[in-house]
Amino acid sequence: MLRYLATRALSLGLSLVVASVVIFALIEVIPGDPASYMLGLNATDETLAALRTELGLDGSKFDRYLAWVGGMLTGDFGVSYTYRVPVAELVLDRLWVSLPLAIYALTLSTLIAFPVGILAAANRGGVLDVAIMGGTQLGIAVPNFWFAMLLVLLFAVTLQWFSAGGFAGWDDPLLAIKSLTLPAVALALPQASILARVMRSALIETLEQDYIRTARAKGLSRRQAVLRHALKNALIPVLTIIGLQFSFLLAGAIIIENVFFLPGLGRLIFQGITQRDLVVVESVTMLLVFAVILVTFLVDVAYALVDPRLRRR
Amino acid sequence: MRRLPPALLIGAALSAAFLAIAALSLVWTPHSVTGVSISERLQPPSAQYVLGTDQLGRDLASMLMVGAQTSIAVALIAVGIGIALGVPLGLAAAATRGSLLDEIIMRGNDLIFAFPSLVIAILITARYGPSATNAILAIGIFNIPVFARVARGGALPLWTLDYILAARTAGKGRVRISVEHILPNILNLLIVQATIQFSLGILAEAALSYVGLGAQPPVPSWGRMLAEAQTMIYSHPMLAILPGLAIVLMVLGLNLMGDGLRDALDPRLRRRRA
Amino acid sequence: MIGVENLSVAIHGTPILRGVSLQIAPGEVFGLVGESGSGKSMTALALMGLLPEGAEAGGEILIDGRDLMRNSEPDWCRVRGNDIGMIFQEPMTALNPVRTIGDQVAETLTIHGAAEPRAALEIARDRLDRVGLSHIGMDAYPHELSGGQRQRVCIAAAIALHPRLLIADEPTTALDVTTQAQILDLLSALVEEEGMGLLLITHDLGVVAGMADRIAVMRQGEIVETGPTAQVMAERNHPYTRALLAASSHVPERAAAQRPDPLLQVEDVRREYPGRREGFRRGPPIVAVDGVSFTLHEGESLGLVGESGCGKSTLTRAILGLDPVQGGDIRLFGRSIVPQMPREMRAGIQVVFQDPYGSFNPRWKVDRIVAEPFHLLDAPPRGSERHDRVAEALTAVHLSPDDMAKYPHEFSGGQRQRIAIARALITRPRIILLDEAVSALDVSVRARILDLLAELQDGFGLSYLFVSHDLTVVRAITDRVMVMQDGRFVETGETEAVFNDPQHEYTRALLAAAPRLDLAS
Repeated sequence: MLRYLATRALSLGLSLVVASVVIFALIEVIPGDPASYMLGLNATDETLAALRTELGLDGSKFDRYLAWVGGMLTGDFGVSYTYRVPVAELVLDRLWVSLPLAIYALTLSTLIAFPVGILAAANRGGVLDVAIMGGTQLGIAVPNFWFAMLLVLLFAVTLQWFSAGGFAGWDDPLLAIKSLTLPAVALALPQASILARVMRSALIETLEQDYIRTARAKGLSRRQAVLRHALKNALIPVLTIIGLQFSFLLAGAIIIENVFFLPGLGRLIFQGITQRDLVVVESVTMLLVFAVILVTFLVDVAYALVDPRLRRR
Repeated sequence: MRRLPPALLIGAALSAAFLAIAALSLVWTPHSVTGVSISERLQPPSAQYVLGTDQLGRDLASMLMVGAQTSIAVALIAVGIGIALGVPLGLAAAATRGSLLDEIIMRGNDLIFAFPSLVIAILITARYGPSATNAILAIGIFNIPVFARVARGGALPLWTLDYILAARTAGKGRVRISVEHILPNILNLLIVQATIQFSLGILAEAALSYVGLGAQPPVPSWGRMLAEAQTMIYSHPMLAILPGLAIVLMVLGLNLMGDGLRDALDPRLRRRRA
Repeated sequence: MIGVENLSVAIHGTPILRGVSLQIAPGEVFGLVGESGSGKSMTALALMGLLPEGAEAGGEILIDGRDLMRNSEPDWCRVRGNDIGMIFQEPMTALNPVRTIGDQVAETLTIHGAAEPRAALEIARDRLDRVGLSHIGMDAYPHELSGGQRQRVCIAAAIALHPRLLIADEPTTALDVTTQAQILDLLSALVEEEGMGLLLITHDLGVVAGMADRIAVMRQGEIVETGPTAQVMAERNHPYTRALLAASSHVPERAAAQRPDPLLQVEDVRREYPGRREGFRRGPPIVAVDGVSFTLHEGESLGLVGESGCGKSTLTRAILGLDPVQGGDIRLFGRSIVPQMPREMRAGIQVVFQDPYGSFNPRWKVDRIVAEPFHLLDAPPRGSERHDRVAEALTAVHLSPDDMAKYPHEFSGGQRQRIAIARALITRPRIILLDEAVSALDVSVRARILDLLAELQDGFGLSYLFVSHDLTVVRAITDRVMVMQDGRFVETGETEAVFNDPQHEYTRALLAAAPRLDLAS
């Protein structure tokens, strides 16, 4: 178990290093001067020189990379060029929207997908199964931002149950959750469709295993065999997908936050892009990648908890 | 004659319809999609404009037709990139299982998977300028590890089979075996994956152009049509509903076709049916 | 008394079983014998009420006059594990990998409400002790156990509630002979102690001959002959029984035409695998073949026997030049075999593998499959010459030249093995390596392939290296034999001499464990 976790942790560290190099290279190394890109065509020589000094562009690229990484390790993410405040501050503010949104959506997706997937597998080939499979097929095909627009059209414009967008902060938790509900549903439904399908096929595959036949020979009913033997084994592929979905949710949030005018990380990175604020873009991207890699690590840990074959290594 | 799964037929029909529309739009559309005419703006459906016009007076039906062409072109080329680079990498990794090459390819794959794909796509298109080409590249890069993984995963169990050993005792090298024996036997998997990646590419292109980072005006695209319609969703909901519906139907068609193909091509299922 | 009366099963209208009747008394071992597809496993599944979907059954299954055929599904759940227990062929996959073995044995008790969870675990411990696993903890997971140990766990779970009948469907087919003998001993002892009936299903006449009180021979869904074991074996009333028994102990006629010229010389060969990876380092290398030497002479048939993991497959791969050796030398016609050896050298030694299904690319037609080794020739035949050579090879293995245009899935297992032999013959090699080449075949098919091999050896002056775990087959077809254990040869010699008077204790153990037809008493 310890050795397994140690190798996973090591690969987590390595991934972070490589990821930071890739992001740094994408933003700062390949063609063009970041400063003139940020300032656009109308920049004077003086402002350009000032920005170059501020960004440390006169030093070597290697020094700049070390400074960037070193800064992040100590919580210094640089200063936003447009907002003129430390990026760390901006991020911390926005995290209070994005993180709850991602968790809300992931919870919804899991809560919907598990029973639906199990139900479909248990009724394999039946009417319910066909209906569920058709529904999930549709769920996968719907772009979440369009689904979000439809939700707004129905629940905000027509029924007026929810507001069409915006976020008032956590002072009133109920209101906060209410304003995150439509975005979370928009994010969760396509993901739930995928997860339900994975759950179904994983269950069907485990139900064909020899040990299910052994369990039935011991006198377990079909239902008991599913609950006691198939479910835990089917969880392994399902966990992988849940991990992957976290990264989809983060990316999806960028767009969904734009639809609902939510002040989250996605909106921050997007504003950074439109305002050419590379300091913000670089650091927030790294943060998102860090979150994804961390979740992958947590999924690996969860594997070990489910599967004894990994635990005893 | 085996009966084809109904999902395959429906999916193939939908996909073929969109391909035909896209092809048709290359040579003919009811109206020009670049001609702006303020006097004709926001027309309801009529004999002249089957689906009405948008806020700039462009014919919605024509816009949707050309939009299909944009979506399909971007997604198709992105899938091509993924297959062209990913499949050889996956085959090489499987042929040298456990070697340094295998390790490097697979770790590289894992790393690409670790990036939230849309974030990086946004990053690339933002830094190097929004354009259809950059959207293709951004989507295509993420197709590479997918095809590499599928190719490797399909090839590994084949490498343990006796006919591969027989080919080796017939003096054939790894490259030749990969081409003669492995590739034809994982073609099923690759075709199914290609339809899935195709549909994901359509969705990704829509998302990128929705945030303004895909094909640039005046080239119509479904995603940007949605973005432009968003502000008018209260007054003219159809402008937002129709492009979305186009995306859903196209993606649905491809997914149904992929599922149907998987069922039709899966040798395990085939044996059971026989 | 457990009885089956006139049992019939059809799946989607296709009859699988017809009028099967049998009686199993308490404390009796009943052997159900047949080749693949004879319906013996379907009979077992019918007895468990676990027939596949689409199956329709008729007839009666009686336990003390109670007809199980009228059972509802909940009734069946009460019967399974309680009145009738069952174990299966593949112990490696028969247990849930993510639950402990104690838990899985105790489950039989808790599911039937026979014991509270804590008490059930105690009983499970006791049952595991009884099947010979007292040294294994209750919290062990299946992957930590060997195949034989896992089968013992399955047995413990199946007998936890003292069932009236235990069904064992090919319980030892996936195991080595010595393990097989131990499991069969355990089953015999349990039958006696528990006073339960045992329905032992197997394709191996030797297995039932040694331990069944009564046997039934099945073919094509019907029982063709049944009675006390000794009587059936002695009288052989039905022609199929006669054929089956003859095929099981079939010895092909072989002309002795050996010459003392050495073709293949293996000298002090050592094969190692890299050790397990531990972080960035690797453990010490694992020695799979540890300094073995032998010579294969022209026209000779040489056997290599050993249990799984003894190193015979590793040695085989080295001889084929697929993997490099770490010590010693393998010489073919006087030149060293290495993975980089010239192609024409490979043409001199060809191979036939075990699996008649995995041996061919399913997308290739037979002519392309058989002609593949032409790749080894500097001037491969083309056009009509190529066609003639393939036709010639197919004719040699008693297939028709017309078969060239077919795909492998159009052939039966035995025919596929003939195609594999044709492929091995096409380059006119002097040595053919037969790697478990008849192990996956039914006995009657096996007998015919052995005849074919003898005929080809005679006709083409071939030398065989016959690698197998099956002692009967090795005895039937080889002149000399080498017994391998843990990467070394423990005994070599003339086949008859070794089998009649084994010197090494491992050889003696192997021979004692091997099921034998003449043990029927």
